Order: sequence, then structure tokens, then C-alpha cells
Amino acid sequence: MTTASVQRESTDAHAAPQQKFCVVLSKATLDMVYPAFMLANTAATMGYESHIFFTFWGLQVLDKKKVASLKVSPVGNPGMPMPNILGMLPGMTAMATRMLKGKMKQVKMPSIPEMISNAKDLGVKLHACSTTMDVMGVPKENLIPEVDDIIGAATFLQISSGAQTLFI
Amino acid sequence: MSAPSARRTVDSRGSFCPGPITDLFKAYRQASVGDVIELLATDPAAESDARAWAEKSGNKVLEVSQEKDFLKIVIEIDRKGR
Repeated sequence: MTTASVQRESTDAHAAPQQKFCVVLSKATLDMVYPAFMLANTAATMGYESHIFFTFWGLQVLDKKKVASLKVSPVGNPGMPMPNILGMLPGMTAMATRMLKGKMKQVKMPSIPEMISNAKDLGVKLHACSTTMDVMGVPKENLIPEVDDIIGAATFLQISSGAQTLFI
Repeated sequence: MSAPSARRTVDSRGSFCPGPITDLFKAYRQASVGDVIELLATDPAAESDARAWAEKSGNKVLEVSQEKDFLKIVIEIDRKGR
């Protein structure tokens, strides 16, 4: 292939509008947060403009005090290798979390704080939901510095217009 | 003319989705057009993910070969975005 045709191809690529990928993340348990970042980060590597909107419990991911200690709950999660009723016993959430984190480490999966820093490096935009901050009592100062902005529904709808969008 | 093309190997063995694609992308950011990246992976999704990534980003999978206990995916960088 000649240099000229390479040039032309790349110009064509830039002329096409960039595709977008958006996730609305409403939960902060590990089994919800991992897929959100795996998809958003991968989308960014593929050239999508990629966004995550953190709402309701999802906002805990952006909370300085909680981001490093997110958990997975065995309650209401029949996929867990234990009878559901046992999941309600004290210590079970901690145990399930420890097991999952151990497995994740085995397959070299980054931690959630590492996923966030990868996301930023790849240009994924992280949006905090303003209403949730109010409802959950999370002041702006408690948000991790990686947050791009605090937005409402109208702004999210504008951002996600024409995007592939998931609600988790 | 451009500098002679380089060949580099990215070892993602032992890591699973999205590890191999993340590693591939990091190498891609450092690469120049014409370079070739060899991605080594044990993740069974690596081949289809690498093909999807290449198609989307305008690059080319030249060859996929099954080595002893891992896959070798050879990708030619034809286009550099961002």
C-alpha cells in the first residue's frame, strides 16, 4: 500500500462521525462495576467516544471514601456458590468479596481504582449525577478527582444522543 | 519517507478480557503506521476481540497462529487515530 492511499484512508476515517458508547451505572457492587468499566474502557480503545454516568448507588464508585472498598453481595445473587439464605449471615459479604477479588487477581484483572485510572488514560468521561449527590448526601469534595463533571438527566440525554447505551 | 517499520511483541498471556485488548492498545499508541504488533494471549476471546478491534480502528490482522499453549495474533498498524 502506498503512503498516499494510507493518507487518504485516515482522512476518510476522520470525516466519519465518531461513534459513542454510554453506560448508566446505578449499582456499586463489583459484579456491576467491573462490566461497566470493561465495556467503557474497551470501547475507548476501539475509538468510541465513551461515557459512564454514575447514578443512585453507582455514585459510590466516585466517592473517595468508598471506591477502594466496593463489595459484592451474596444476597439476591443466586449465581453465588452458596445457599442464598446463608448470604445474610454476618461476614458473608466480606467473604464473597474476598473470594471474587482473589479470582480477579488470578486472571490479572485490575482493581476498580486501577480500572478508573485506565479509563481516564483512555479518555473515558466520568459523569456524576447531581440529584444522587443530593439524595445520598455526597458533597462535591467527596468525589474522586477523576470525575469529569456533575450533570443532570438532560445533559446525559444530550451526551448519549445517537450512542449505544446500556443501563446497569 | 517514513522510518523503517518495527515489530514488537506484547505478552498478555494469563490475562483475560479486556486485558489483551488494553495491552494491544497501549502498544498501538506507541507504534507508527507500518509497524507490526504480535499479541500473545491465552484468553479464548482474544482472537475475536483483536479482529473486532482491528476492524473498528482500521488496522489489519495479518495472521493468527496457535502456538503450544497460547495464541499469537499478528496485527499490522495501518492507521493511527487520536
